[in-house]
Parts: sequence; structure tokens; C-alpha cells
Amino acid sequence: MGMTLSEKIIARASGAQSVKAGDIVWADVDMAMMDDILGPRVEIAERMVELGAEVWNPDKVVIISDHYTPPANAKQAAIVKFTRDWAQAHGVENYYEYIGPCHQIMVEKGHVLPGSVVMGTDSHTCMGGALGAFSSGIGSTEMVGILVNGQIWLRVPETIRVIWEGNFGEGVMAKDLSLATIGKIGHAGATYKTVEYTGSTIDGLNMDERFCITNMAVEMGAKAGLMNTDAVTDAFFAGMGKGPFERLASDGDAVFCETLRFDATALGPKVSCPHEVDNVLDIGDAGKGIRVDQAYLGSCTGGRYTDLSMAAKLIKGKKVKHGRRLLVSPASKNIWEQAAKAGILKTLSEAGAVIMAPTCGVCVGLHSGILADGEVCVSSTNRNFVGRMGSKKAFTYLGSPLTVAAAAIAGELVDPREFF
Amino acid sequence: MQNMRKGDAYIFGDNINTDIISPPQYMELSAAEAAKYAMSAIDTEFASTVKPGDIIVAGNNFGSGSSRELAPLSLRHLQIGAMVAKTFARIFYRNAINLGLAVVECADTDKIKQGDAINIDFAAGTLYNETRNETYPCSKLPSHILALVQEGGLIEHLKKQRGKNNLPSPEARD
Repeated sequence: MGMTLSEKIIARASGAQSVKAGDIVWADVDMAMMDDILGPRVEIAERMVELGAEVWNPDKVVIISDHYTPPANAKQAAIVKFTRDWAQAHGVENYYEYIGPCHQIMVEKGHVLPGSVVMGTDSHTCMGGALGAFSSGIGSTEMVGILVNGQIWLRVPETIRVIWEGNFGEGVMAKDLSLATIGKIGHAGATYKTVEYTGSTIDGLNMDERFCITNMAVEMGAKAGLMNTDAVTDAFFAGMGKGPFERLASDGDAVFCETLRFDATALGPKVSCPHEVDNVLDIGDAGKGIRVDQAYLGSCTGGRYTDLSMAAKLIKGKKVKHGRRLLVSPASKNIWEQAAKAGILKTLSEAGAVIMAPTCGVCVGLHSGILADGEVCVSSTNRNFVGRMGSKKAFTYLGSPLTVAAAAIAGELVDPREFF
Repeated sequence: MQNMRKGDAYIFGDNINTDIISPPQYMELSAAEAAKYAMSAIDTEFASTVKPGDIIVAGNNFGSGSSRELAPLSLRHLQIGAMVAKTFARIFYRNAINLGLAVVECADTDKIKQGDAINIDFAAGTLYNETRNETYPCSKLPSHILALVQEGGLIEHLKKQRGKNNLPSPEARD
């Protein structure tokens, strides 16, 4: 019997010829990632001392200060300092700070390889699955276990296969596909499972767009969001002088617990309405004319080059509505520089956007763009939970970078296709 | 701890996510300080009124969202006795057990009201509502997980193991 992509990766990592969904195995971890907010400072540093344990292999550990950079106050600064010092004291040379959200840095720096097992103390670690890695979020105590002996126990997940066929129409992006899938499966519909995205639509997407989709697998409760590797994956790694790697995909006779089919040609812009990610509506049904105070373009979900470039295309020559604000945080320093070189940041800035540092701060309401009581934000990020982006009396709609750009210009929730 | 735990119910609904349990704005505080803001987005009274030993009773998908261990850690600081929900989100569920918090699933949480005295038998997989004299089935904690919870979580468990030299040190594995 064939194996799913998850089963293949976990079999290799656990030293087994084959595994099947439901098996519980010990798997070797290829890369362990921590950030600042959920890094060594939370139940990790102290516990390592209590256990008298050392990091099993510092070369397989990556630490990224991204949530509290740039720090908004002395407490945040102290956390970044602690994280930096801890990395240095434990011989972790893969330490990065101030250059963007961890998930983007992980893929950009080549720390997520096809077929590898990656565990991180941040739930959106599932993004790495777009490169054919089994990449998943875990808590701090589990990270202590990995840091001590390099292994984690895993229950091999069942796989929901999500097949998207056809090309997007104008004004539609990968984010819309991601939201449509989440709306269908629901916030807990994939709990403990892998969601594997496949089909001609996925094949036709670049890596920026693919990352946007797997990033949000956890919003359905999923343990992992996976994609096959192909020529697009190879090209991504060739750009950093790595690979080519063996092509990875589920076997033709693999067992899926569920298969869902979607038609991308019929897909329009979607938004997740407050305060749940799976509260997904067609933008036209979400309440046309809802006043938008803040439009946010950024994060590990929606701040990559393709996102900025599409938003700039819509915005070029127009102005952000008076009294509204468009905040832009490229998903990494590298993307910042590429977008600057291509004139994208200039276009956005000339329209009235504020170009900010690459950071997680806005998405999770820590600094740089916190919402006041009653304010409404349209955001290219991944969560719209009550209180997340600031006041618990604020409202966040999740949408594509085009939807964000359109809202900034119109000052209200509007179908971005009206601008084409 | 025995296989039973008794406490008063503190009721929540569906989809109580980690941004609600441990609001990100307070995460720069120590876990003990941050715990004072637990659930504040939907219930500003929670942290000041919940009593040690109270049992959280919730609907579907409790603990969805972030992997942050500050969510169950806040509840541990508030000395929650146990958590019962129709379903739990994956990462939260594992984090809670790793911190020594007992978590069981029960389809009948709608029948439990605020303040009901409830008594969970983890080994038998039953939840007795003393206030209403009703018994509902709930998930059992397997004996090794119950042992983990009784020891106070994974770290305490590992300490004991390492004390006995059961866990190889990194050097010994090379």
C-alpha cells in the first residue's frame, strides 16, 4: 500500500520502512526553531537548567527574534536580549533578529528542506510544508524534549487531500484560495491531520503564493499543510545554491481520509470576518461599505514579494483615502530590498503607505500598528481573533493583499476587482 | 493525586482561542503576571473570580490558535483543577498535559452550568455532576498520561527519569 507524503517523511525520520496514519513513533527532528516571544524565555531556559541538559545539536537549532523587533518598550527589548544571549551561550549560530517573521526567514535561509522534519514553537511553522517538509508548531515543553535529545513523538496524521483545479481570475490570489479552503473545512475540521494541497492550481503557483496557503493550515486545526515538490521548488532552492532534491509526493495508492475538490476558476475574493478565521464570506456578502481605518499589508502570510507587487500594481497612481492608513511590513529584509529595488516600496509610499520594518508586531498586536476601540482593520495576516491586533473592541477582516490595497484606497471594504 | 478531581465548573463557549486565554499584549510580562489577564478579552472577571481547583468547562475547539504554552501556563498559575471541553485544539491539548494539567473531552458539556460541582474520574472516564445528580461519559486519561499529570508534567517526569539514568544524556548517544 502506498504512503501519503506525511507518512513518507515520518517513516524516514523514525527509521521505519513504512508507517501509517495512527501509528505513534519517535521521529528525529532535522531542525528545531524558536522565536523570541515563545522562545527560550518561556519554560525552556529554566527547564534546561533544572534538567542539567545541553542542546543536543546546536547546528540543528534556529532562533529568530521577530515578534518583539524592533522593541516597543524595555520589557520587549529585554526579551530580545535574553533570546540573543541564550542563543550565543548555547552555541546556536543560526540566530537572526530584526529581519522578519521566523517562518519566512526559515525558508529564505534554507533551513527547511524537502523531506525534513521541522518543529517550531510557533503555530504557523506549518508554512514550511509548501517545500515538502513535515513542519509543525509545538509548545515550549515539547521543545525542551527536542533540545535534550533531538526527538519528538508524533502520531502519524491522517491526510485530507485538497485538490484545486484551474487558474485564478483577475483580482484573485492564493490568499482567497486559502480562506475558501478554511471556510469549507472549518476551524477544527483538520485537527491532528495533514492538509495536502494539490492540483493544477497549486502547480501553477510560485513559492510566495504556496507559502501563503500552507501558512494557514493550522487555522483548520491541522498539524501540517503539505505540498508536492516540483520544478518550482527546485528553482526556489537553486536560487540559494541548494538542491536539486528528490521529488516528493504522495503515492497514487496512498490512503486519504477525505478528498475535497475546488474550482479556482469560480473563486472570487474572500474575507474572514470578525472574530473567527473560518467565518469566510465572499467579499460582496461581507457588508459592502464597511469603513476601514487601517489596511495592513505584511506578515509571514501576506507580506512577500508577490503580495507587495500585486498591491502596488493596484495602488499605482492612486492615494490612500484621507483619514485612513495603509501600513506595509515586508515579510523579510530581503523582500524589503527586492521590493525597494523594483520600485514597489516607492509606489506604495507615494500612494500614502507607511513602510515599516519587517516584523510580527502588527499581526499579533505587540507594537507598530495597534488598533483602538471600534477601529476596523483589513489585514493580509492569518488571524482575526478578538483582541489580537489591539483593542478587544476592534474588528479585523482577513483578506488578500489586493483586498487590503483596495480597502486602503476606497477607505472601506470593497471588491478589488472593481479596480481592474 | 488520585484518579479523581472535584471542583466547581467555570463555563465557556466554543472556540476559546489562545489569544483569548493569554492575550498577546500581556505576553511580555512574567507568566504569573500575564495570568491576571487570562480570558480578559471576553471575561474581565475571570482571573479575579476563578478559584483554585475550579474546573473549566467549554465547548468545541478549546485552545485553538497559537502554540504558546503561556495559555495553559496562565491557567496553571490560576490553579485550575482540570479542563473539560467537547474538543480541544491539538497543540493546546499536548501543552496542557505537558504542564501537568488534566484535560478530558466530554460531549455533554452543555448540560453543565456555571458553579455546578463536578467530579471527574479520569481512569473510569466519567464526569459526575453533583449539583444535578447526572453522570456523563468523558474521555479517559491513559495510565501513562495520568501518571505524567500526577507527577506535575513532562519536565518533572523527565527529572525523575534522568535521576534514574533512564534518559541518555546527549553525550551517551554519540
